[in-house]
Amino acid sequence: MLRHVLAWSVVLGFGLGAAQGELEIFSWWAGDEGPALEALIELYEVDHPDTEVINATVTGGSGVNARAVLKTRMLGGDPPDSFQVHAGEELIGTWVAADRMEDLTPIFEREGFLDAFPADLIELISTDEGIWSVPVNIHRSNVLWFDPDRLDEWGVSVPNGWGEFIDETCPALEDQGVTPLVVGENWTIQHLWESVALAELGNDDYTALFEGDLAWTDLRVVAAWETFGDVMACTNDDASGLSWQQATDRIVSGEAAFNVMGDWAAGYKVTTLGLEPGTDFGWAASPGTDGTFMLLSDSFGLPVGAPNRAEAIQWLELVGSQEGQDAFNPLKGSISPRLDSDLSLYNAYLRSAAEDFAGDAKVGSLVHGTAAKEAFMSEFATVMEIFLSTGSADAAANAAQAVATQVGLGE
Amino acid sequence: MRTNDRLVAFLMLLPSLVLLSIFVYGFIGRTAWVSLTNWGADASQALALNPELAFVGFENYRKLFTGLIDVRFRQDLVNTFFFTVFFLLGTLGLGLGLAILLDQKVRFEAVFRTIFLFPFALAFIVTGTVWRWMLQPAGGVNVLPELVGLPALELRWLTTREQIWQFDWNTVPAYLAGTAAAFFAYAAWRAWRDRRRVRAGVHGAVTVGLLGWALSGTPGVTLLPYPEPHGFNVAFVGIVVAAVWQLSGYTMALYLAGLRGVPEDLREAARVDGASEFGVYRHVVLPLLGPITLSAMIILGHISLKIFDLIWAMAGADNATTDVPALLMYLRSFRANRFAEGAAIAMVLLIMVALVIVPYLRSSLKGEVRR
Repeated sequence: MLRHVLAWSVVLGFGLGAAQGELEIFSWWAGDEGPALEALIELYEVDHPDTEVINATVTGGSGVNARAVLKTRMLGGDPPDSFQVHAGEELIGTWVAADRMEDLTPIFEREGFLDAFPADLIELISTDEGIWSVPVNIHRSNVLWFDPDRLDEWGVSVPNGWGEFIDETCPALEDQGVTPLVVGENWTIQHLWESVALAELGNDDYTALFEGDLAWTDLRVVAAWETFGDVMACTNDDASGLSWQQATDRIVSGEAAFNVMGDWAAGYKVTTLGLEPGTDFGWAASPGTDGTFMLLSDSFGLPVGAPNRAEAIQWLELVGSQEGQDAFNPLKGSISPRLDSDLSLYNAYLRSAAEDFAGDAKVGSLVHGTAAKEAFMSEFATVMEIFLSTGSADAAANAAQAVATQVGLGE
Repeated sequence: MRTNDRLVAFLMLLPSLVLLSIFVYGFIGRTAWVSLTNWGADASQALALNPELAFVGFENYRKLFTGLIDVRFRQDLVNTFFFTVFFLLGTLGLGLGLAILLDQKVRFEAVFRTIFLFPFALAFIVTGTVWRWMLQPAGGVNVLPELVGLPALELRWLTTREQIWQFDWNTVPAYLAGTAAAFFAYAAWRAWRDRRRVRAGVHGAVTVGLLGWALSGTPGVTLLPYPEPHGFNVAFVGIVVAAVWQLSGYTMALYLAGLRGVPEDLREAARVDGASEFGVYRHVVLPLLGPITLSAMIILGHISLKIFDLIWAMAGADNATTDVPALLMYLRSFRANRFAEGAAIAMVLLIMVALVIVPYLRSSLKGEVRR
């Protein structure tokens, strides 16, 4: 009996593998973001009905679990055909540096991606040796969210800079028993930090920090940490127990006035909470960063040794196409990096983000893998904990410099 | 015939022996080797197909205990210490209490036993998720009083950054030397009692030396050039509550079995001699439960040292106030790609678990041989 079962399972197993092609797509898009990936996969299946698509999703916020699984698979010589990776240093400093990715320049040339994507985005995903991934979306990190009606009620307006927020907005709101700025668990605090640092340092110094051209112990950076400390004094004291969604909920319920979060917050408000952009919630560039678009981008790459390389290349062509991106992004709550995207498919918030993306200066997000290599980004969580425990700008600056030296930031 | 039996037995065991030696001891050896290299210090080598590793000796360990940015690891060790102490006290105390209550021949005992043992059947990740909801800053336990019209509590179970019982990390060698001195003092006392004068003298001299070294501030050892305070993070109270909830049913079952093993004759004899019910427990029953307490401590002790999923679910990965070495090991290795440092943390964990388990194994093996 057992022998029969074994024999049949071997036959069936080989049969399935041989009859049709396979394509394994690795990502961390589940839950709210799952339908967007499904839409892309459906498009692929229409064009390639013989290929079986395996959706290998590993859940967990901003890919913390997925990246660990991916690493063990890659180290074990079992790469997926294509995997999701944050465009920028997370891709280049980790996988390209280890010589594990294929150069996608031929695809970019063949499919006309070189003209379809903005040049500064292509620069972000390239080194001298090639172009390493196909961006599927653009998210903005430096967005300030609020409820316009409630702001009128409380008699405050959107602050123009962090100075105004600390001196005027924050005390006015605290007097009325409202949390001026709501934050959640560690990474959302880091997320706030990058917006404050961008405002205090300006685009050039902010970028120079991650290229090793500006020391973390420089007085300007220490001053930015001090401003950040003043901003944190205006936040809720139960932060570490809240997810970013729970922090957003406090603005919707009127317990808090503002928060700084990426534009997936708009996706959550529109799709999950059913709110109307512009009337139920408002947005602005985070204080002091008007005219700058701090971006992060999800992209797909082709690992060396992908078992179904031909299918993976077809997938990448779809991911970069106008059709694929306009199917994916309105559902994901992000904008398409393509310059020829059909904006009528997007909601009011996303249209405004697309407009800013086209015109604004662009810098990369630290927390979301664009600005600095993974080893630094990971340890920055510890730097933040040191700051939150000690409240000392000097301690944080020294710790950040120590990490930067240890991981060779900017090399 | 006999040799044939032995051969069969050996052949039957061989696959497990081979697998064990590769997948347990081989991998421990590999981790130990990795912890002595620089794997991950250079990003271009971290995830390469054939990474070039250089031997760096105990550099990774030196950094863990004395490096500037590894302050988090040192706080983790302190966290583990306090967590283990309170977790053991909680589970043993509550488990014993429940067992004694059930031992009073209550009605529906089996129902209570099942209820108390039930949490043990859950995975830590489930316990963690449930307790995370219950200990929410604005929900769960904190809003319970609202059910009867009272104002909500403001307890910051998992989110407080308050730290109590602080001490300077530089005093750790002194504490360790003091602890070692206490052990030697005990050994000296035993040797003296057994009339082994020389041995007692040697142990006594070591005790005095260690004590002197500890009391003079452990000269010759400088961990850090500046004071670095560590202490008990109050946020751990919530995690201890959840862990005790999960495992006190297990200790209850152990103790209940022990209580049932106490012969009724002994209790009767004590009662006849005029002992109160409290006295029976104090002088007859509890001393007999000593071995159970010891084995429970060993099992709970190693659970507490390697705890990971409960804290991951309750407080998240990056919350340094509730961090433990196992979490940091995971983040270092699989998020920051610094595999050598992760391996070093893993080895420290292995040594800590060995410190708990090995003396126990030794004593139980000795016992078997004597029999």
